[in-house]
Amino acid sequence: MDFKKGLRDGIPICLGYFSVSVAFGVTAATGGLSWLEALMISLFNLTSAGQKAGLDIIIAGGSLIEIALSQLLINARYALMGISLSQKVDKKFTSPFRMVLGFAITDEIFAVASGQKVVSRPYMAGLAILPIIGWSGGTLVGALLGGIMPEIIQSALGVALYGMFIAVFVPAAKQEKSVLCVVGIAVICSSMMYYMPYLKEISSGFAVIICTVIAAAAGAILFPREEEESDAV
Amino acid sequence: MQFEKFLPYLIVMAGVTYLVRVIPFTLFHKKIKNKFINSFLYYTPYAVLAAMTFPAILYATSHVGTAVVGLFVALVLAFFGKGLLTVACGACAAVFAVEMIMRFI
Repeated sequence: MDFKKGLRDGIPICLGYFSVSVAFGVTAATGGLSWLEALMISLFNLTSAGQKAGLDIIIAGGSLIEIALSQLLINARYALMGISLSQKVDKKFTSPFRMVLGFAITDEIFAVASGQKVVSRPYMAGLAILPIIGWSGGTLVGALLGGIMPEIIQSALGVALYGMFIAVFVPAAKQEKSVLCVVGIAVICSSMMYYMPYLKEISSGFAVIICTVIAAAAGAILFPREEEESDAV
Repeated sequence: MQFEKFLPYLIVMAGVTYLVRVIPFTLFHKKIKNKFINSFLYYTPYAVLAAMTFPAILYATSHVGTAVVGLFVALVLAFFGKGLLTVACGACAAVFAVEMIMRFI
């Protein structure tokens, strides 16, 4: 039951991932990686911004320290998400299961999982499978076929992931003034990081961390939540 | 690229990413009692998603105009409580339709 629900919730993530990872596969192949190498990066990393940065370093022949630091910085947001998710999982979600299923913490999977009241092991497993297949499959297709997909389809699929994000935060913002405020602060902050001189030099992964910390901290200060509210998501 | 040269990169990259995800997720077993931290964690997903969506969505298609249409359709569908798949597909379909129309004008 939970597994099936997870699978179903994973479909839009899978579609979005597929379209985004085709582009990654094309970039990797153009940069001189084999299809197997491109596929392995996606299968073992399952992250967009981090992989893009890592790929650039690999192609440029950078150092291992450089690649380690880039991943640490860009993917540090997953640590924050992991802590947040650790408060939502049920009792059966013991350490060994966390070590396996924790691999699947991505922006999108986290977003969907955190929309649940309680996250069970079957739900998390079901939720993770299709996106992993979509992400790896898209990379493979991109690496093998290059730019064969019509541009108009790629363009349309480009908004899929964002559409999903919107489906998570808009209903919550509609219900609670506090969430609306947090969303507003995050949007203003990320726009500043995108357009303002100096600030726009900051990498996108790090920019997301900064905006998240500012907006969530502002929310926690302005609208602290009572104990019983905190699990009624 | 030579596989022997590629492999160390892959191991370091995947290893760091895995540990960043799994260590915090595995360490926190007790319910956190602190009110500020609880509130902070409650708002975290919404802050992350909003920050990632805007303004990045504006540059996710081949044309800012079509991205705005996609954004608008997604906002409306989400406001009326439609599910993840409906909102995502609705936004994609809207972008596709507008790009099609633009080709024939």
